[in-house]
Amino acid sequence: MEPVLWLLFSGGGVLSALFLPVLVFLLALALPLGWLSTPEREPMLQLVGNPLTAVVLLGLCVLSLFHWAQRFRYTLFDGLRLKRHQRLINAVVYTVAILGSAAALAVVWQAVAARSR
Amino acid sequence: MSTFWWIRRRSYAFFVLRELSAVFVAWSVVFLLLLVRALAQGESEYRAFLDWAATPWVVLLNVVTLAFLVLHAITWFNLTPAALVVRLRGRRLPPAVVAGGAYAGWVVVSAVIVGLVVTR
Repeated sequence: MEPVLWLLFSGGGVLSALFLPVLVFLLALALPLGWLSTPEREPMLQLVGNPLTAVVLLGLCVLSLFHWAQRFRYTLFDGLRLKRHQRLINAVVYTVAILGSAAALAVVWQAVAARSR
Repeated sequence: MSTFWWIRRRSYAFFVLRELSAVFVAWSVVFLLLLVRALAQGESEYRAFLDWAATPWVVLLNVVTLAFLVLHAITWFNLTPAALVVRLRGRRLPPAVVAGGAYAGWVVVSAVIVGLVVTR
């Protein structure tokens, strides 16, 4: 199981490094602060609900969550010296990652459905 | 050893900051999914989400998030040559070239996304 988790960690590390800085700058700062010329819903939904965008977004979300899970559990093991609670920490972080992935699937699906309406 | 052993040295503190970037990676995912959900739900939900995202505490959190994401990206790309040994005609590509390729990829991806969002 560990090699798979390391692979998910690395994949999520690459995707989050490539995609998240620009996405957070554009969508978490420029968009709400009104720096974009057309922040209307319809063109944004056309872009986000596009099936290709949706697949990339879902992959980014899922792998980033597994990246978080791996790094966070090692932060707890080594940073806060909690290795004795390894089983509990593993169960919690990977449950969160799996539930988060399911939520990502549901939300992305919602956007694809709303766009084709 | 104490729980806060990493405060004692600057290199340890940097290591912990790098590890903490993962928390902000997770927050970015949550934020993006909330935005996508609001977009899917309708005009008023989308407007309400943007108003919430423009409140000072959320803006501050997202500025800090952006700083941690850049820290994550830079430390990740700098480590790429150690994780990925590229051979060309039997010769190992110099680590600087591999790291340069990773940075070039970052620039291309960012430019494409800016182009998509701005010209939509």
